[in-house]
Amino acid sequence: MSTTFRTTRRAALAGLSALPWMGRDGFAAPKTGGTLTFVQNSEPQTLVALTTTATPVLTVSAKVTEGLLEYDYDVNPRPSLATEWTISPDGKTYTFKLRPGVKFHDGKPFTSADVAHSIQLLKTVHPRGRNTFANVAEVQTPDPLTAVLVLSKPAPYLIRALTAAEAPMVPRHVYEGTDPRANPNGNAPIGTGPYKFKEWVRGSHILYERNPDYWQAGLPRIDRFVFKILPDTGARSIAFENGSGDIGYRTPVALSDLERLKKLPHLVFETKGTSYSYNVQCLQFNLDSQFFKHLKVRQAVAHAIDRALLVKTVCYGYGTVCYSPVAPGLKAFHDPTPSPYKFDLKKAEALLDEAGFPRGANKIRFKVPLDYNPIGDESRRACEFFRAVLGRVGIAVDVRAQDISAFAKRIYTDREFDFTFNGHSNLFDPTVGVQRIYWSKNFKKGVPFSNGSNYNNPKVDALLEGAAVENDPVKRKAMFVEFQKIVGEELPDISLYSPLYLTIKNKRVHEDSLTADGVEANMAHVWLDT
Amino acid sequence: MRMGRRIATTLRRTVIHAGPTVLGIIVLDFLLLQLMPGDAADVIATEAGVATAETMAAIRERFGLDQPVLTQLMNFLGHLAQFDLGYSPRYNMPVLDMIMMRLPGTLLLMVTALSLALAMGVIVGSVMAAWAGRWPDRVLSVVVLLLYSMPGFWVGLMAVVLFSVKLGWLPSDGNMTIGAELTGFGLVADRLSHLVLPALALASFFVAVYARLTRASMLEVQRQDFMRTAHGKGLHPFFIQLRHALRNALIPVTTVAGMHLGNLLGGAVVVETLFGWPGMGRLALEAVLARDFSVLLGVLLLSSFLVILANVTIDLLHAWLDPRIGEAG
Repeated sequence: MSTTFRTTRRAALAGLSALPWMGRDGFAAPKTGGTLTFVQNSEPQTLVALTTTATPVLTVSAKVTEGLLEYDYDVNPRPSLATEWTISPDGKTYTFKLRPGVKFHDGKPFTSADVAHSIQLLKTVHPRGRNTFANVAEVQTPDPLTAVLVLSKPAPYLIRALTAAEAPMVPRHVYEGTDPRANPNGNAPIGTGPYKFKEWVRGSHILYERNPDYWQAGLPRIDRFVFKILPDTGARSIAFENGSGDIGYRTPVALSDLERLKKLPHLVFETKGTSYSYNVQCLQFNLDSQFFKHLKVRQAVAHAIDRALLVKTVCYGYGTVCYSPVAPGLKAFHDPTPSPYKFDLKKAEALLDEAGFPRGANKIRFKVPLDYNPIGDESRRACEFFRAVLGRVGIAVDVRAQDISAFAKRIYTDREFDFTFNGHSNLFDPTVGVQRIYWSKNFKKGVPFSNGSNYNNPKVDALLEGAAVENDPVKRKAMFVEFQKIVGEELPDISLYSPLYLTIKNKRVHEDSLTADGVEANMAHVWLDT
Repeated sequence: MRMGRRIATTLRRTVIHAGPTVLGIIVLDFLLLQLMPGDAADVIATEAGVATAETMAAIRERFGLDQPVLTQLMNFLGHLAQFDLGYSPRYNMPVLDMIMMRLPGTLLLMVTALSLALAMGVIVGSVMAAWAGRWPDRVLSVVVLLLYSMPGFWVGLMAVVLFSVKLGWLPSDGNMTIGAELTGFGLVADRLSHLVLPALALASFFVAVYARLTRASMLEVQRQDFMRTAHGKGLHPFFIQLRHALRNALIPVTTVAGMHLGNLLGGAVVVETLFGWPGMGRLALEAVLARDFSVLLGVLLLSSFLVILANVTIDLLHAWLDPRIGEAG
């Protein structure tokens, strides 16, 4: 009897949660009001992600400045400021119908002129937009609610580049005729978003307020959106623990704290909303290095590393083993074939002998410094791991620490390094996120996250250039798979793992991560238990 | 009258010394900063995780990094001569505004911590001296030793764990409740509750220093002739300790406290980071990491002013505490 009752109730609940007026996470009806406190790791340079793609800016930007589209967890586009869109069969014309009745916070209407101006700005001042929108020849505005992007060549990745944080739609009347980098809108933005800028107290917090005239009726639900700037990891753990911080993303606490925090009943650990951008961590070689110019030495290093153990010890298990520079999360392009160089210390030793680096005094073959990208707190631990495992095959690793500026200069300008533990963001497409690391034409001194290995393979160049303009998804995937196979064999770097990022939140927070970019989106739906 | 003249002499001397000192600090800082590897454009590009040669060049031009070093220095000094600290392209605002947003927070924290450290240190030190060798002295010695050997950030962390995580009495971060829109007494109470833990964390080490210094100086004074005379006059022991022993003992304590102001600025970086306190120490640290040198030079310049100001205050205090000081000048 009771079993029947429970089943019925569960079925009834399941039915209810499908109703549109219920919260999207199947909870009770959303409540209104309250203040959401977002735990922000560091101070953003600006509040609009127009001239930079730095992580601290991405979180604060979309709440005020929105994009043409949003994306579901599998990165399929959904309407946002654009309600409909069509792509011509040749992939060279994108037509967007804009949402009518949308107003900027200063009351001016949002029209196709704003879209045209924003795309133009992105193409010139956005670090990634320069490449993403490079093929956009012009943006036509036949009427105020239609914007047509005309491309010189196809750009199959473009349709996934239109989130609020990646391609923000800024007001033309504010930016026209000004230097976008110095525009005061960056410090006190107006946009079409669910939240309006209220104040920015440097070093302390950024405060947004509910936009009562938001284009989506009934949204937003909270009164205030606070970004609290907490640069110390320990302080962030405490903020989640004592409830003074509601939500933070990209695992905002030390991995070693997670086990303790997971025991707290009021915290929820969310993995949804991280599919817009995946990172791949790798050991990147300088192919001009006296040691690593030898393929056999690189192969030996690959044989010496047990990726599963690395993820287990260095990342506390929060990562996915990865043999390819295209992250497993990018399912449409990822090649899951394991590396041809399995974990095998004997093989590593043999290869090093063959390469002409026999064990010498103290059983050391050679000494080599290892630099690491200081962004991310597991980098140092990863380097300790490499020091230990490479020590076992006779390579004496000396771990070198430096801040990000010194790191960038060493790797990309001075090129005074042998190998480095580095990470690259794949973003939503390999042409945008991966090509830059392996394309010989992107070996550019002084440009961070360019082709740092100085890798040069005409075949790879041809595959990457081909995939960049290939409209057929099947052919495109085949090109990327072949590319992954070649770099997996030639090892300009050794791809190791893709970190698994957690969003930590108080259980009173609901409907926070509804899209591929999770809390980097506008968070118009978020609501709080009161 | 003589007092006034002494103070005037002290002030005049300080002002004459201050000018070249500040100029020296600026030029030296500027040149030292040039030795740091990488520049603001490297940082911005690395933070963004992506860059092109064109965006890098545009950033360098905006920061004036495409100019020769000497031109950059001359530009900076030229602006400075017009009381203009320059502009931070990274944050897109004048450096003076950025510093002024942070200065009150830092001053509040530093003055509170220093006052707290001085008050507690002198009281503890006096008690230790008065009961030298007996149990209050022994017990306090242990406490002082603990404070002396524990780093401030650790004291702060433990205080946070106890008072804000376990007991929930005090907030763990920030300098106010954001968006609370408090007024009057509520506002003051809110600010104070946020100030307590960082001030204690910053003060803990210095309490120990001042306590030990006060104890040693007071014990040294005890054997002086004028102390015997005071006893001989039949003064109450409490007043002897206060007016004769402590007043003399304060000279070394205040001297050291003046020098500690610079240390406090350094210690503030750690404490401000730990407590998310919007102060100048963190601004300086962030400016170093970001290679945002216009901001850093501004902070350093202002810090050197603060230290000079503190020294003047200490000189004046000495002139008042000990009439012999300042006469020679």
